[in-house]
Amino acid sequence: MPKVSLTVNGKPASAEVENRTLLVELLREHLRLTGTHVGCDTSQCGACVVHVNGASVKSCTMLAVQCEGAEVVTIEGLAAPDGTLHPMQEAFREYHALQCGFCTPGMVMSAIDLVQRNPQGLSDREIREGLEGNLCRCTGYHNIVRAIAAAQQVMHGKVKELPRAAE
Amino acid sequence: MYDFAYHRPSSVADAVKLLAADPDAKVMSGGMTLIPTLKQRLARPSAIIDLSGIQDLVGISVSASAVTIKAMTTHAAVASSAEVRKAIPALAEMAAHIGDAQVRNRGTLGGSIANHDPAADYPAAVLALGATVHTNTRRIAADDFFTGMFSTALAADEIVTAVEFPIPEKAAYVKFPNPASRYAMVGVFVAKGPAGVRVAITGAGANGVFRHHAMEEALARNWSPDALEGVGTDQEGLNGDIHASKEYRAHLVGVMAKRAVAKAG
Repeated sequence: MPKVSLTVNGKPASAEVENRTLLVELLREHLRLTGTHVGCDTSQCGACVVHVNGASVKSCTMLAVQCEGAEVVTIEGLAAPDGTLHPMQEAFREYHALQCGFCTPGMVMSAIDLVQRNPQGLSDREIREGLEGNLCRCTGYHNIVRAIAAAQQVMHGKVKELPRAAE
Repeated sequence: MYDFAYHRPSSVADAVKLLAADPDAKVMSGGMTLIPTLKQRLARPSAIIDLSGIQDLVGISVSASAVTIKAMTTHAAVASSAEVRKAIPALAEMAAHIGDAQVRNRGTLGGSIANHDPAADYPAAVLALGATVHTNTRRIAADDFFTGMFSTALAADEIVTAVEFPIPEKAAYVKFPNPASRYAMVGVFVAKGPAGVRVAITGAGANGVFRHHAMEEALARNWSPDALEGVGTDQEGLNGDIHASKEYRAHLVGVMAKRAVAKAG
């Protein structure tokens, strides 16, 4: 079987896979990184979004063998080693941007890519449009948009502390 | 998904060699259509020839008269290119609204036009702008490239290497996306430029993208949304399905075309 070697969350990883093995299967079943979810398995819902070489991709729609030599970051790779959450994770918690949590890993990964690609800042409408590839079936997106709007201020260095959600 | 052999050549020549040697092999660019197709077992290629290792197939160059985009350039790269946005803003704008952000990070120009999905956006841009498709062996005019739904003039061992878009005076693309899939139920790309006035319709035709000659004649006389008043669209040859009837698509063609001309200014 082909062997794929890549970097996952900053650490070297390798696994023997089939050519048809999907990236999400490599992450979940071979590397046991089960934070990345499989929702629809048809490239629509975005629960499986991870970063490959700095770009958000749907890991259910990429072959593991395509990631030879790639840098992959999953939801498990965001928090600092001491457990300090990434500003986007912190914002999702502060703004209660989840209900069941199933879509959350993909939402967070997509949101980070969206914010990083838009240093000029995003309006609420642009955030909603930017989340086109991520489906949430619980919350109606409202708090997700609020969380991303707050997190971008921290990520762009506009504020030091995450703005608190209103009581 | 059935298993397959996997090749990741580093040159177009090697890719063509692999393709010529195996008639059941499939070329993969971004994989945004092919991988879902494989997952549904709608295709069973013996081998996948992944073009993502060919550095020479990525890049954008702009001259005084044309924008040339290499085949493996992603939609995200076209959408965020300041050069494309300046030379042909309608093209960058169109690329910025293909699929979703994750699809745009992987999907490519070459893959989109070689696949010729009847609801894809890029074929409308290629046809309306009168672009020239470059392959490993020849150059193909847009008018000759798209030959039917999911079919093109490409030979079995031919690979798209780039598309050269002449810079128009005016152009715009407007689509009516399906509310669920976001594929174009109807998309209209209008352009006025070196290739004359051209109107290309995607999403509507049962044979894929097509030019709307009656609209072109009307707009050549008078470039304004009003000129399209009363210019009908023949329902013969249009798609009718659960998403929209032929009648509705024909109506949408008129509405989207007027909006596109208004947007082009």
